[in-house]
Amino acid sequence: MLNYIVRRVLYAIPTLIGVLLVTWFLFFKTASPEVIARRNLSSRAPTQAQIQSWIKGHGYDKPPLDQLQNSTLDMMRFRFGKSDATKEDILERVKKGVVPSFTIGFNSFVATVFFAVIFAAIAAYFRGTYVDTMTTVICVIGMSLVYMIYIIGFQFLFCKILKLGPTWGFNPDENLIKYILIPTIIGVVAGLATEIRLYRTFLLEEINLDYVRTARAKGVAEPAVLLKHVLKNALIPIITNTVAVLPGLILGSLLLENFFGIPGLGSYLVEAISANDFTVVRAMVFLGTLLYIVGLILTDIAYALVDPRVRLS
Amino acid sequence: MGNPLLPLQLWLDDHPVLQNWLYNLVPVLVIVLLALALRQGLKQPIWAEAARRIRRRPAALWAIGIIGFYGLIAFSDSIGLYDAKKQERVSLLDAISRREKERYYSAPLATMTTGEAFPKPLKEKHILGTDGKGDDVLYQTLKGARTAFIIGGLTSLLTIPVGIILGLLSGFYSGTKYKWIDDLITYIYTVISSIPSILLQIAFVMVLGKGIFQICIALGMARWVGLCRQVRGETLRHREREYVRGARALGVSTWGILTRHILPNLLPTVIIFTTLGISGLILSEAILSYLGVGVGDGVGSWGNMINASRDELAREPILWWNLASASTAMLGIVLAFNLLGDALRDAIDPRLRS
Repeated sequence: MLNYIVRRVLYAIPTLIGVLLVTWFLFFKTASPEVIARRNLSSRAPTQAQIQSWIKGHGYDKPPLDQLQNSTLDMMRFRFGKSDATKEDILERVKKGVVPSFTIGFNSFVATVFFAVIFAAIAAYFRGTYVDTMTTVICVIGMSLVYMIYIIGFQFLFCKILKLGPTWGFNPDENLIKYILIPTIIGVVAGLATEIRLYRTFLLEEINLDYVRTARAKGVAEPAVLLKHVLKNALIPIITNTVAVLPGLILGSLLLENFFGIPGLGSYLVEAISANDFTVVRAMVFLGTLLYIVGLILTDIAYALVDPRVRLS
Repeated sequence: MGNPLLPLQLWLDDHPVLQNWLYNLVPVLVIVLLALALRQGLKQPIWAEAARRIRRRPAALWAIGIIGFYGLIAFSDSIGLYDAKKQERVSLLDAISRREKERYYSAPLATMTTGEAFPKPLKEKHILGTDGKGDDVLYQTLKGARTAFIIGGLTSLLTIPVGIILGLLSGFYSGTKYKWIDDLITYIYTVISSIPSILLQIAFVMVLGKGIFQICIALGMARWVGLCRQVRGETLRHREREYVRGARALGVSTWGILTRHILPNLLPTVIIFTTLGISGLILSEAILSYLGVGVGDGVGSWGNMINASRDELAREPILWWNLASASTAMLGIVLAFNLLGDALRDAIDPRLRS
């Protein structure tokens, strides 16, 4: 097992190098430095001299190989530099944002998978009946709604009508739950539709296999068949698929934190976008990718733990 | 990156008649080509069979009807003439549904403005009311249809060739003596897919600037990876089939095998992937517009409308019509593409047939 984990981690290194190459190309080579500088300084009506000094200060005038080397090494050592807009150290700001972002992200991840499995199991148990049809219909409608609608709608319901929590703001000294509960619930609801539908398919694929028929034939009750036999085997595709939840969490972090005024990583990126802060966006793209790759590795390890057939060749 | 078509646009601005022709020719050509392709396709047995299966599903028929309705709106917004007096293009949709600008918010079918200390009478009747700038909400909602179709269509047009060519090459050469081709392509798509797509899209639009075309490139960059992976898998499957081996034994060239034997068999995969993907693209556009890296101001888009209505529910009286119109319009088309995609998958994919 240790062998497998070590090799899986080593496999991620070339991918990470590729990601660094792509980010460098994207931020340094896709547009001319002139255009980027002008856009970054656009709020201050820049003179030619200011633009030239911005280009120099951000290393856009160096030869490509130097740029690549510098930006790669800095990223690898987490030296992101200072924000263009606020002159704040990026790493410091990121450290502050980690706690609320991860609390929301981790909790909604666990809750999404948990509730999706439950609802999918209910739909699979009542397969072919109107319960199943209704679940599918609701899921398809739920998938067709844009994330902002969930946030605006539930924020209105929970915070304005039911008055369960604050609409805006965050205080790190107070109890975290007060600020984080409602965003987490919204994050779960928004991600649920896709997952329920997918897990239902996984369960139904297993439900007609031979071992299930054997279990039924020897007299195991239907709920026990579903929970003990089918769910156990359906867990393999479900775990592989938890990777697909991760981009949704990143999106949730961006939008939820922005709507609720929580100073996490997502709202930091949104602020950077509106301030045209390229340095911060580059750092956040790299960090997000790093987290995602770690997530991919963890899923693969979990997958290998559940399914003894999986070994890296 | 500046607009690559700018010189052409400047030249066309001096030739209004020609510009009008071109402007109207493109959407008409798109419709004609789509109709021809559909007619040709339905002659083939597998597609005729798929059409028969779809005809049996009421949900799919509804979906086609809704997509057709939105398509009609988008089409009417794509044809029109240059108004020399006002110096702007006036599409058919503009001519029919444009309303006078009011001063401020007004409720659907109201006669006075809403939310002002001293309500003023309105110049015209607005079926869905007006927004904070006094623009007609119905007109803006209808305008969004064209943007949605351009985003879905253009992005798919950009992704399909890239995904097919790279996926085909990668799958075909996997495990042969030109293995490096497969390794290289697989490496590229592993790298791209390990950057969360929303971050990749944000970065792209930040660098390229706002605009419909830029959004399409950004969405396409994140999207071809999925198609490439599916095409690669399908190619691997078909490569070992008897008919391909037979073709090879008969001396058909590699090019011939790829284009004439394997490619037609990839069509179902590509069509299902594209139809199911369009809803995701329309949703992504709205999210990007919200984050400030969208189609930009002045382009009618449901994303822009939802963003503008962000704080309206918190006000007194509640200003719900802007949000409700945009989200209903969006829900309709996205739901229709989801339903059609599902129906197509059930109808075409032989693995799902019992």
